[in-house]
Amino acid sequence: MKVKVIPLSEAIGRYVSDGQSVVLGTGLEGFIPFAAGYEIIRQGKRNLCLIGPISDILFDLLIGAGCVTRVVAAWVGNVSAGLGYNFRRAVEESIPHPLEVENHSNFTIALGLHAGALGIPFVPARTALGTDLQRQNPHLREISCPYTGERLVAVRAITPDVAIVHVQRADREGNCHLWGNLGVTLDAVRASRTVIVTTEEIVSSDVILSDPNRTLIPGIFVTAIAVVPWGAHPSPVVGYYNRDHEFFHDYHEQTRTREQFLDWLKQWVLQPADHEAYLRKLGAHRLNRLRPKRTAPSVPVHFGY
Amino acid sequence: MECTLKELMVTAVAREIRDGEIVFVGMRLPLLAFALAKRTHAPTAVGFFENGVIRETPSPELLFTMGDTPNLYQATFCGDMLSVMGPLQQGRVALGIIGGAEVDRYGNINTTEVVDTKGRKIRLPGSGGACDIASLAGRLVIIMAHERRRFPPRVSYLTSPGYGDGRHWRKSVGLPGGGPVAVITDRAILRFDSVTEEAVLTSVHPGVSVEQVQEQTGWRLRLAENFHTTPLPTRDELKILREIDPTGFWLR
Repeated sequence: MKVKVIPLSEAIGRYVSDGQSVVLGTGLEGFIPFAAGYEIIRQGKRNLCLIGPISDILFDLLIGAGCVTRVVAAWVGNVSAGLGYNFRRAVEESIPHPLEVENHSNFTIALGLHAGALGIPFVPARTALGTDLQRQNPHLREISCPYTGERLVAVRAITPDVAIVHVQRADREGNCHLWGNLGVTLDAVRASRTVIVTTEEIVSSDVILSDPNRTLIPGIFVTAIAVVPWGAHPSPVVGYYNRDHEFFHDYHEQTRTREQFLDWLKQWVLQPADHEAYLRKLGAHRLNRLRPKRTAPSVPVHFGY
Repeated sequence: MECTLKELMVTAVAREIRDGEIVFVGMRLPLLAFALAKRTHAPTAVGFFENGVIRETPSPELLFTMGDTPNLYQATFCGDMLSVMGPLQQGRVALGIIGGAEVDRYGNINTTEVVDTKGRKIRLPGSGGACDIASLAGRLVIIMAHERRRFPPRVSYLTSPGYGDGRHWRKSVGLPGGGPVAVITDRAILRFDSVTEEAVLTSVHPGVSVEQVQEQTGWRLRLAENFHTTPLPTRDELKILREIDPTGFWLR
């Protein structure tokens, strides 16, 4: 089998190309692949289309850094602090350049990816009828049910070029254990042609095979794996670290103007040469504060026969 | 007893939750309202979170987002978004609680874009799950700051549906959910007339006059038949709220 475990810079360099569509932030507020996003910025990727339900600040960052020309999303901002200033500047003033937005709800993003995962052109839904979301998004077209005649929304399939997801642990073949809230992660992986996984750690296949119900992403769907401890910081990864609330609030305060944002970007993304340098900048004290204080292991299940 | 306006608002929202109900919980203040209801009159209410979490016990710590690790600790269920949106679409969710940037006389909500006083478009974060909750929940409670610019006669962008333009609009466009039952603001509570489907003033908070509310509302408000003053939080409710948010991050 081809070696899937490669450095993050190589995974992004090799599998994310200018102009592609990339689904990110599939766990909603948790498991956001920030380290991969920072690497996309460092490598100066351009004209990306970002797809996601909510993104917390990762979409805002990528937009401000000039990587993005299109967003297919339900919500773009800073969940605990409010608006995303880069998103606003891009939509309102075309800074750093124009941004096209396809407005969705969380459910329509989830259903679009689900249709993609099922290999069908659309799925019907009852949400968003009569709204401007539905009227203005050509991929939420009203139809009538062929059986009952009811009014429905046909949510068009979403098939991203690349999915980037962060998980707790994986083996060298890319079989991933993850736990906690999943958001749209599984459908995003199944709907995408290329899947990049960043993982907190690599474990032996024995660990994975001991609990196949926990293998929510089978390695056959995974293109590349990068070992990136703290790869979702500042978002949380249950069992590994909590949300760095302060980071989100500082970002909000420190990115109000374009100049402030560029300073922030230099300080947190461009000057640290890689993820290790970013973690050194955060410092051991800050990281330690984010570690879980309460241990809560699940009870093992038996797969004996 | 002294309380902040946000404490009053969150308490009023919590009181809309009935015991045993499935509640779809939006971000920010709704998180606190659900936590308060769980600890007071609605101990068996069940919380649905759009990231795929179902909780039957209160979260052990203050939440900044639904994805915070304390919201997963001893949750009943952790799965994907369709596992909670599916039951919502089936009609199993009794109540949804969301916020908004603009709300109009028919309870339609805008969180996508607004126009400022100089006529410029301001881009807001968007729907998130709010459109789905407003479309599909049995009842909807909206929590808002009461300012004239946020209460136009008609929203400039309809992100999350209320009653459209009235006249049984929801049914005519094919929406299954029941629609909004209350708009709870930092000045007043508005409810919806069952015939005209228009928001009417049901109560003002202590110390607030009807005129002050009218001044901050973009259409002529009618008074509800049972118009009254919003009851204050009880001592117990306040005590619990301050335990939930000890630093006052959300409530001050």
